[in-house]
Amino acid sequence: MYQFNVYRIGPEIKLGAVDISFTNASLFMVISSLAILIIFNLGAKKKTLIPDKLQLLSELSYSFVAKMISDTAGSKAKPYFSFIFSLFMFVLFCNMFGMIPYAFTVTSHIIVTFVLAAFIFIGVTIIGFMKHGLGYLKLFVPSGVPMVLLPLIVVIEIISYLSRPISLSVRLFANMMAGHTMMKVFGGFVISLGIVGGWLPLSFSVALTGLEILVAFLQAYVFAILTCIYLNDALNLHH
Amino acid sequence: MLKKIVFLLFVTSFACFNTVFAAESGGMPQLNPEFWISQIFWLIITFGILFIVLTKVILPKISDNLETRKSQILENIETADKQKEESQKKIDEYEKIILDSKLKAKSYFNEAREKILDDINKKRAALEKDLDEEISEVEKELSDLKQKSGEKINKIAAETSAELIKELIGEEVNSSSIAAIVEDQSKINRERKDV
Repeated sequence: MYQFNVYRIGPEIKLGAVDISFTNASLFMVISSLAILIIFNLGAKKKTLIPDKLQLLSELSYSFVAKMISDTAGSKAKPYFSFIFSLFMFVLFCNMFGMIPYAFTVTSHIIVTFVLAAFIFIGVTIIGFMKHGLGYLKLFVPSGVPMVLLPLIVVIEIISYLSRPISLSVRLFANMMAGHTMMKVFGGFVISLGIVGGWLPLSFSVALTGLEILVAFLQAYVFAILTCIYLNDALNLHH
Repeated sequence: MLKKIVFLLFVTSFACFNTVFAAESGGMPQLNPEFWISQIFWLIITFGILFIVLTKVILPKISDNLETRKSQILENIETADKQKEESQKKIDEYEKIILDSKLKAKSYFNEAREKILDDINKKRAALEKDLDEEISEVEKELSDLKQKSGEKINKIAAETSAELIKELIGEEVNSSSIAAIVEDQSKINRERKDV
């Protein structure tokens, strides 16, 4: 599990009593953000009628995320486009940089995904209460449910609502960690079985790399689309 | 044989698994809270900067770019439509001009033909009229001549017969009676001729 270790890079920085040193996790966050900014800035700089590769990439990602938001949360979610775009790109790039050998996967740490999910959860709840006032609590009372079942349903709805940040964060963290662990295990098999039997786990490892790249994209997409769905609940409030 | 290999593989892999994980103690590094605060701090900083720069600088540019492309394409389509319409109009105009000119040419041709025919008819009529006049004049002269010649012949006949009688008989005969006889005779001749 060495690949998930966090260690300090450079001097120890202390803010009061808490340690906020620059670590390898911080390094990969910075690398991911910088990569996003550089790629999209280059893509947005040129303004030609017929786009070149980078411009096409940035414009396609833009319309991809825009379509995702308008499909799941409708036109009211437009003001939150840039946040969801940043979120999707950040998670996607962190996942993808994690696929490089010896790189650190930022999203394989529960604390990172949990902070993102908790921020989304709190933000969505605030938006819901701002838009609908106390009427937002109607979210816990689905229409068309028999009175007898209502107390049970409301409890279940509240629990499911409160477990959103946990499910959102654990989904991403567990997927990333499990994938990397599995690749590590198969890599270990390659070493231990040697030149005679190592070919089988090696081929698995190759196949798993492809699968993990797919999972890296898919989990970023799921993370973003679940954010859109939560936002849709807060904005449109029909259950 | 295959079963044996698979079994061996499993046994060795299990052994490897144990040795790999025995070397690392302390469980999952994710649950070690030593660097949690640091990770949260750097996450907020990097994601915050990313969000702000994307929102303020990059995304408006991309959206502008997409908008201008969309409007440009729409504009181009509009102008193409307009030009198509214009060219259609021009083609219609051109066809109308050609049709008009054809009709005009036809009417000019007809007019010219009519004029010429009219002219010919007029001239022919004038000519015929002249001819008729001349013919009638000639006929009149002819009939005049005929009548006059009859009288003259009568006169000559009377004179000659008077002379003849004078020579034969040696006596002068009343000329007026001779003239009357000649007149009667010529009348009878004429009637005979007419019959």
